[in-house]
Amino acid sequence: MTQHIRAKSDIFTPSGQLQFGVFFQGVNSGTIWKAPESGSQTDFESFRRIAQTAERGLFAAFFLGEGLRLREHLGRPHALDVVGRPDAQTMLAALAAVTRNIGLVATQNTTYNDPADLAHRLASLDLISGGRAAWNIVTTDNAWTGANFRRGGYLDHADRYRHAEAFVETAKRIWHSWETAAGPARRVVHEGQHYTVDVTARLPRSAQYRPVLFQAGDSPEGRNFAARQADVIFSAHPKFDDAVEFRKDLVERSVAAGRGANAVQIMPASEFILAPTAEEALEKKEWVRSLQIGPQQAIAYLEQFWGRELSSYDPDGPLPEIDPVVEETSETRGSGFHGAKARQLADQWRAEAKDKGLSIRQFVTSKTARIDSTFTGSYTAVADQLAEYARVGAVDGFNISPWLIPTGLDDIVNHLVPELQERGVYPTEYRGSTLREHLGLDTPVRSADEAVEPVRA
Amino acid sequence: MTASSTNRAGFLAIELDGAGWDGADITRAALAAEWAGFHAATFTDAPAPGRANALQRAAFAGPVTQTIALVPEVDTVYTEPFHVSTQLASLDYVSGGRAGWIVTAAESPEAAAAVGRSSATGVALGQEAAASIEVSRRLWDSWEDGAVIRDVVTGRYIDVDKLHYADYETPADFAGAGYSVKGPSIIPRPLQGQLPVLAPASLLGEVPVVAVDGVLVSAPTAELLGAEVRDVRARVGASVAVIAELGVVLDSRGQAAAARSAGIDGGRAAFAGSAAGLTDFLADLLKKADGVRLHPASLFVDLEELGRLVLPELRRRGVLRPVVQDGTFRDLLGLDRPASRYATAAAAPAAGK
Repeated sequence: MTQHIRAKSDIFTPSGQLQFGVFFQGVNSGTIWKAPESGSQTDFESFRRIAQTAERGLFAAFFLGEGLRLREHLGRPHALDVVGRPDAQTMLAALAAVTRNIGLVATQNTTYNDPADLAHRLASLDLISGGRAAWNIVTTDNAWTGANFRRGGYLDHADRYRHAEAFVETAKRIWHSWETAAGPARRVVHEGQHYTVDVTARLPRSAQYRPVLFQAGDSPEGRNFAARQADVIFSAHPKFDDAVEFRKDLVERSVAAGRGANAVQIMPASEFILAPTAEEALEKKEWVRSLQIGPQQAIAYLEQFWGRELSSYDPDGPLPEIDPVVEETSETRGSGFHGAKARQLADQWRAEAKDKGLSIRQFVTSKTARIDSTFTGSYTAVADQLAEYARVGAVDGFNISPWLIPTGLDDIVNHLVPELQERGVYPTEYRGSTLREHLGLDTPVRSADEAVEPVRA
Repeated sequence: MTASSTNRAGFLAIELDGAGWDGADITRAALAAEWAGFHAATFTDAPAPGRANALQRAAFAGPVTQTIALVPEVDTVYTEPFHVSTQLASLDYVSGGRAGWIVTAAESPEAAAAVGRSSATGVALGQEAAASIEVSRRLWDSWEDGAVIRDVVTGRYIDVDKLHYADYETPADFAGAGYSVKGPSIIPRPLQGQLPVLAPASLLGEVPVVAVDGVLVSAPTAELLGAEVRDVRARVGASVAVIAELGVVLDSRGQAAAARSAGIDGGRAAFAGSAAGLTDFLADLLKKADGVRLHPASLFVDLEELGRLVLPELRRRGVLRPVVQDGTFRDLLGLDRPASRYATAAAAPAAGK
């Protein structure tokens, strides 16, 4: 394995390179299922095709989300969007058998997993895949999700990141408990408020030492967590100026955390709508948006804020004049809108839609489509745009959500990637065999604060 | 598969522990087992140094194999039932309907300490297993067949009437910490509808016979195994597959089995000797049991002998079921694909793979 030894520098140095990841969403309104070319969202074949296409395009990573409870709308499972999501690590273990290089990233929750069990399972995936595993760290804090688990809804919101960080520290200690590749492993003990762990690791370190850590979270707490713990952060800031700002902020936080300016890489979530010409790309975008947000989705979107059925309203007419029946939105559980102030929002939205002359459908499209994270244009124009990101180091890459499964990466791999390679900002081969090598991340070293001595035996 | 063709012929499973965690070795072992004609491969998961997660090893073997059933052990005591159910359903998807589940209930202070729980013992083990099986089965049924409708006109991707809450609660006399699971599952119904569930005979009692599709039968010696199989058969009846557990160490590469037998588990009935001797022993055992699971002393060494000498002769004698192309694990066990327990009368006839 190539060692990329870098002194911890306070000065950020752009790599001048971009990496792509692909996010097979599974549950969302962004994946089109109404088009004839839309395939199965659960059959292995769909996953295999996306992963192998991404690998052909030298993507660094293939991402899967995690589902712990089905979204609900007005008290029933939400019916309109793609839903049904295989277990991330099981699917990735199978994909490891039909891919050779691409990284395999499992989104896994810190609230409804046990640290020792999850660390072992991720270490298994890492070994089986030859050092290609990563963990996208997420947290949950609602009792509604907890209803599917023995623990129930046991975690307060305020404890979310503190708990997650203790969890990640424990996992790292388990992975780092090996003196050498062959062992022996030292016992790891953690006694915390929410769980206790007393375990001796059973698996040796992998070719990349331990799984790569990804993390998403935009709050100050989330950013600090990433600055202290993560190798890569998914940002929600793909627009150029925002991306540059986010980079500055994260560099400051990483330096403050004592990890150096280049310690944490940034990959914003993004969507690409590409065509040979700008005009065709715009036409394609209209088509994509119309399939993402149909009339029923538009009404359902409003229903979750109004807390009542609105099916008598015309999707092509103005926003409903009646008021929400709820004070706080909670009707589409699991959608991330939980707890917004409904009446206030309704007033605001009615005014906004009236000002801009938008129908329900147009308004909802403007609110829900990944407007900020979409790159629309010709292959060459978007390649030029991305090359500028690489030049200044605004991001380290993009995590792409294809809006079509399983063919949604084809135009990116066949047309955008070669354009980027010509511009010298995208790899022309995999750097090594591990995800850590693809990303150019340092070999993890055991830090002084990861106390690996037997603790309070 | 029709019952008549399989009534008297049994199946063979092989435990693939020993293939390690390396993807190439897992592929090699699974393919060797498939080419040898084994009907099922199992993956043990008891905590041991160097042993990777069983379900992930089985999942890795999914896309590289065609016909062999892939059956991991998954513990029920220190795992989350919701995760277990989803992971097993996913295994069914990545293997094209060849997944099964060997239910284990870990009596392990180490496993308990690792997740910060007090160690379960005695009757609690069986109760945890029974609860976990019931949760999984309800969650597998919680999406009826055909719940994904993709109806462009109404904009509905799923038919919500075909999704159901599992609403499981542990019974009042539950020995462990009681819990509930709401559901529905987050993945559509597995390809097989219900994965075949196998459990060691030691768990029967707390785990009701109707909860399992197969029972793994152990005995202290090979001589006692046949009698034990008959006893368990009498308890579970004809509808549950009875599978005998047998350690195997064969004369191989010029070395007598006796010289290699240090590698076999002392607590399990084992056969040590020649391939011809094992063939006779298995032909007799397969008349009493529906299947036999072999635990080779040295995976790759014994697997080679089994594939070269033992299975071909057993096939010639007609005591092995034919391997079914594109068959499911249920097909192998002669089980129909069940309707979801939640299916409405109108939706009930939806069957077939």
